[in-house]
Amino acid sequence: MAGGSEGGRQSQGRPDGEETSEVVRGEKAHGNPAEPSQAVFPPSFSVSEIKNKQRRHFMFLRWKQQQKKEKLALKKKRKKEREALGDKAPPKPEPKTIENQRVYDETTVDPNDEEVTLDEATDEFAPYFNRQTVPKILITTSDRPRGRTVRFCEQLSTCIPNSHVYYRRGLALKKIIPQCISRDFTDLIVINEDRKIPNGLVLSHLPEGPTAHFRMSSVRLRKEIKRKGKNPTEHQPEIILNNFTTRLGHSIGRMLASLFPHDPQFVGRQVATFHNQRDYIFFRFHRYIFKNEKKVAIQELGPRFTLKLRSLQKGTFDSKFGEYEWIHKVLSLNKALQSLIYC
Amino acid sequence: MASPARGNHVWVGSETGILKGVNLQKKQATNYKMGEMSLNRQEAVTAMCWGDSYESEIFVGCLDGSVRLFSTEKGKFIESRDCLGGEGPFCGLAVLDGSLITCVESGLLKVWRDSSSENVETQVGPGVCRMRQNSKQPHHVATGGKENCLKIWDLHQPQAPIFRAKNVRHDWLDLRVRIWDRDLEFLPGSEKIVTCTGHHQVRLYDPSCPQRRPVLEVTFGEYPLTALSLTSDANAAVVGSSRGDVAVIDLRQGRLVKCLKGFAGSVRAIQCHPTLPVVASCGLDRFLRLHNLHSKCLEHKVYLKSRLNCLLLTSREKWESKGLEPSTDLQDEVKEEEEEEDDEIWNSMEVVTPKRKVDPDLGSRAGSEKPPKDRTFKKQKMRKAKS
Repeated sequence: MAGGSEGGRQSQGRPDGEETSEVVRGEKAHGNPAEPSQAVFPPSFSVSEIKNKQRRHFMFLRWKQQQKKEKLALKKKRKKEREALGDKAPPKPEPKTIENQRVYDETTVDPNDEEVTLDEATDEFAPYFNRQTVPKILITTSDRPRGRTVRFCEQLSTCIPNSHVYYRRGLALKKIIPQCISRDFTDLIVINEDRKIPNGLVLSHLPEGPTAHFRMSSVRLRKEIKRKGKNPTEHQPEIILNNFTTRLGHSIGRMLASLFPHDPQFVGRQVATFHNQRDYIFFRFHRYIFKNEKKVAIQELGPRFTLKLRSLQKGTFDSKFGEYEWIHKVLSLNKALQSLIYC
Repeated sequence: MASPARGNHVWVGSETGILKGVNLQKKQATNYKMGEMSLNRQEAVTAMCWGDSYESEIFVGCLDGSVRLFSTEKGKFIESRDCLGGEGPFCGLAVLDGSLITCVESGLLKVWRDSSSENVETQVGPGVCRMRQNSKQPHHVATGGKENCLKIWDLHQPQAPIFRAKNVRHDWLDLRVRIWDRDLEFLPGSEKIVTCTGHHQVRLYDPSCPQRRPVLEVTFGEYPLTALSLTSDANAAVVGSSRGDVAVIDLRQGRLVKCLKGFAGSVRAIQCHPTLPVVASCGLDRFLRLHNLHSKCLEHKVYLKSRLNCLLLTSREKWESKGLEPSTDLQDEVKEEEEEEDDEIWNSMEVVTPKRKVDPDLGSRAGSEKPPKDRTFKKQKMRKAKS
């Protein structure tokens, strides 16, 4: 492109005239890729001013390389300094992550706190944790589920022992709940579907609540997982709950724990994990094997999904007159990142 | 003389049966419980009221039907008595001439005199949600609840209510409108009464006019309104919903004035300060929050570990003072003296020649928290004289 190269020449010529004025202004070179041996550019020159595309690209690559070199040199220098200082070297600065940048949550539960432990000892999940009830779970869906959701329910029921999948049959949740209570179900899971994709999960503890409403995303069925293991066995799995540390997190953690029976059968070597990170709860189901004394191997069995809490409501499902214990309200992004709720 | 409990600004009753005193100046919360018993959900606090006008005693109504007397002077529970009768939790407590008035959910309103033969009992109808006393006429109480419309009772003649509200007209489908008064309050200085309902309405009743239906109805939001409190000038009501939406609603025009932010869960109790523009609220999200009513900003937020059911806000005006120690009186005197000095300054200003720009300066210096009315009046007068 002749026209382009012409323009490039022009552009190189033009700033030369302004050179004096730039120097007088005393501006520092900003992102100057040119090396001193080459044609002298005005100090305020930047690569994007070059009009010839090829030239611009070339200069940009050169500038990039230089930056990299500088960075490496700095790194080397620092390393040398550290080695020279030896033990006296200052500790390495901790990298900034979203987790360690968040504001401390005052509701974080202190395990020695008498009031919270007693509050938890008498809450709705106390009968389960005192081993008075055995979990019995009903899994159902929104009305008229399509293939994916149906399969997901089936696979979920293989993860959770003593769970029963029922077809919704267009029944209202408020009518299902009394029937569940009379049949001694302890939890009700309703999976909501939108355009054949499961997108919501209502988890209601029976008989007295509470009810949690989660948004569900990234559902992967067993078939879609690579390197999956053979189908899970009927053994009762172990359960891992990670990072449920705040008061609300404790309530949710207890709720999820009460889905699985006590006393896992270690023969099955199966484990269900609820991992909380930045308010998203990741569910994974694995089988593990001890290779030797140090090494352990895991194999995912599926399904996997991600949950995010929308609301926690006191009592059984009642979206109109129920009292909410916690409800997600939209915050500005910055504030939302600072104030995570459970971890 | 006074225990630190006297300096607490807010008293909160929790679902675990603990009474919590919160000192906002020192940012301290203290737990008080009866005896050394472990926590018990059967003792959940469901209603609270001040025992006397000096706010030295608090009556605490528990779920198991007992009423405890807490002394803020001593900082401990001094008495417990069983107020059994009826079923359900207490939905209101009040004090009339030293005797206690209780009302339970099943509708038994009872005045507990010294001897049991003098007790006054009335059946106000089932499903009561709230009973409140008229602060100006303490023998008048109002009750309201689910399918139990608002009634005002005179405790001297408890046979029949002195005012019985009438349900609103049928709706546009000619269906009966359901009744569910969740909270109510008397407007001081008039016979009017304001209620908030589980069907998200705020209603104003006026017993002095012949109409038994509400004279004003406002709807707010789509979720049940659970708590209500009148602002200090009684022109507006602060209402809270089961979803944590709190709004100030004007009772003269029936308009939404402003919303308060920061709530995460259902609001169980709201109380405004009688003079300061401050509103305290607590609820299932386990936080006590204090908002400024003028600026809408959140002034205090205290995490209290349990779900909170009810709350009492002190009516003291000087929050800084640490109790009823003699020092407070001294402070008062000091303040008065300052005011006098200001007056002197103003008096000396009278001879100043016009068009000197000193007075705005002085005005701002003298502008303490709340200058008395006559002084501002004087200022205006002087400005007029100068110009």
